Amino acid sequence: MSKVLIVAEHADGKANPSTAKCVACAAGIPEAEIHVVVLSDNSEAVANEIATLSSVSKVIRVDRPDNENQLAAVLAPQVAAMAEGYTHIFGPSTTFGRDLMPRIAALLGVNQVSDIMEVLGSHSFKRPVYAGNAIATVEAPTGLVVVATVRAASYRAVSSDAGAPVESVDTAADIPDHSRFIELQAGSSDRPDLQTAATVVSGGRALGSAENFDLIYKLADALGAGVGASRAAVDAGYVPNELQVGQTGKIIAPELYIAIGISGAIQHLTGIKDAGTIVAINKDGEAPIFEVADIGLVGDLFAIVPELQEAVS
Amino acid sequence: MDKILVGLKRVVDYNVRVRVRSDGSGVETDGVKMSINPFDEIALEEALRIRDRGDASEVIVVSIGSSDAQQQLRTGLAMGADRAILVESAESVDPLTVARVFMSLIERETADLVLLGKQAIDGDNSQTGQMLAALWGRPQATFASKLDIEGSTATVTREIDSGLEIVEVDLPAVVTVDLRMNEPRYVKLPDIMKAKKKPLDMLALNELNVEQAAAIREVRFEPPSEREKGVIVDDVASLVTALKDKGLL
Ligand SMILES: Cc1cc2nc3c(=O)[nH]c(=O)nc-3n(C[C@H](O)[C@H](O)[C@H](O)COP(=O)(O)OP(=O)(O)OC[C@H]3O[C@@H](n4cnc5c(N)ncnc54)[C@H](O)[C@@H]3O)c2cc1C
Ligand SMILES: Nc1ncnc2c1ncn2[C@@H]1O[C@H](COP(=O)(O)O)[C@@H](O)[C@H]1O
Repeated sequence: MSKVLIVAEHADGKANPSTAKCVACAAGIPEAEIHVVVLSDNSEAVANEIATLSSVSKVIRVDRPDNENQLAAVLAPQVAAMAEGYTHIFGPSTTFGRDLMPRIAALLGVNQVSDIMEVLGSHSFKRPVYAGNAIATVEAPTGLVVVATVRAASYRAVSSDAGAPVESVDTAADIPDHSRFIELQAGSSDRPDLQTAATVVSGGRALGSAENFDLIYKLADALGAGVGASRAAVDAGYVPNELQVGQTGKIIAPELYIAIGISGAIQHLTGIKDAGTIVAINKDGEAPIFEVADIGLVGDLFAIVPELQEAVS
Repeated sequence: MDKILVGLKRVVDYNVRVRVRSDGSGVETDGVKMSINPFDEIALEEALRIRDRGDASEVIVVSIGSSDAQQQLRTGLAMGADRAILVESAESVDPLTVARVFMSLIERETADLVLLGKQAIDGDNSQTGQMLAALWGRPQATFASKLDIEGSTATVTREIDSGLEIVEVDLPAVVTVDLRMNEPRYVKLPDIMKAKKKPLDMLALNELNVEQAAAIREVRFEPPSEREKGVIVDDVASLVTALKDKGLL
């Protein structure tokens, strides 16, 4: 029997959707009992929300003021202190999980399985390597706890129609004071979140300026879509970093992805492999993006995008 | 600050289209261009700038791997690192063991800052820096796009999913760098000549008092599943029709 502990990601009193996807991944482990831990300064709302997720048999609350800013150096020793008895400890492969989980793994003396995309058995998984150009089947050592991150884009959230018990615990861990949160500079936007939106419209270097990127925002608004970008567009300062899609940005799996003025470098394609339908708009018919696009339209985006926006409004 | 250690991993160049060997035993590396992991080049550039501002005395580049990694270390020396250490191992080394090697080098060298890449683009593990920080009991500032050092604290801007997070950490610390931190310098020919005379120490992994961790074993590789061939449409109207046919509009 396996016993899985999932570290919940949350913000502003809500669970991040990646948590329910981690549960879906853990549910693929044979005969798994799944617990979720919420570390917070006030975890009540998040814990109650997570308690409704199917397959979860217990939610554990760890409340202390130090947890307010979710610093890995603060959270890791608390999770490590409660690891005993668990065969697996999972977190999402978002920046939150990628920061935290390896620190937990090292405290427990094990390597981490990064980015699980498929569970083959309790210690056997598939994960992407080389920017997704290869899929590796890996085996974690048996007899040691498996610490892993879950590639959220590979999973659908479990349903939320259950009711697991919620329990509060204190962890006896030494909390360091060498790391301090100063501030979060987050762009506020009413658009659907890039990581969960059903439709995403992305723009690349071809947009040419922050002003021109408005074309992308307008089309996205007409479609009720989230907005993404290539690294080149972020580097050029057209949009903030949190919009970057790809190997070093966000890995997403919308039902519809529209790539506009993006060439389709492998590092970008890694981020959209699991999209349902990919549409590419590019003036170069030879651009690599057309190798993966389900529907391609060759032409000048400055003519096409306003016309498309008109047509879907 | 005294010394900065920088990790330089030798990886398949990011421009190479990586292919899985037909027997599934790994990816094709014969005759393939190898380079410094791109994130590590940025880490080194940042270390050199810190030293050149007078905020550190020495930059030491470190690689753990086969003796071929001397090439990448020489490139690092040509970029401006003061010396290099190669910890030799014929087999590839797992991240936790790499972190333990760094820990043992930190003890030998008493480093105040370790700069690593946020991930190595071969295994895409993104775990070594965080592990090292845990073993060391020191702060970690991951996915950094800006690093300011003042006295014994570092202020770091981190690229995270929700935007930019600014944290302050006490030194010594581990910082893992993202691509937007800086633009690495080009190496000039005279620098390559000079680099040949800089010290490059070779150590065998088993000379260091490092316990090897149990690796996550890679048992098989396969190419990713391919998407079905798409269609090219002629105009916006046909695009809209195609999307409607799929129920997407
Ligand atoms: C380690 C590493 C990690 C990376 N990670 C990422 C990542 O996470 N995400 C990412 O996106 N990139 C990443 N990159 C960068 C990647 O290699 C490419 O450089 C980048 O994706 C290119 O962005 P782009 O397609 O917008 O620009 P370009 O490659 O310059 O493409 C612009 C495209 O626009 C088309 N175009 C120009 N004008 C018009 C017009 N008027 N109408 C229509 N089409 C037009 C051109 O034909 C061209 O195809 C990474 C690189 C490295 C080395
Ligand atoms: N074998 C190695 N030699 C030198 N540095 C390494 C090695 N492995 C990992 N690193 C460093 O750790 C970072 C993260 O690697 P990884 O955790 O494997 O994604 C890399 O960008 C390097 O800076």
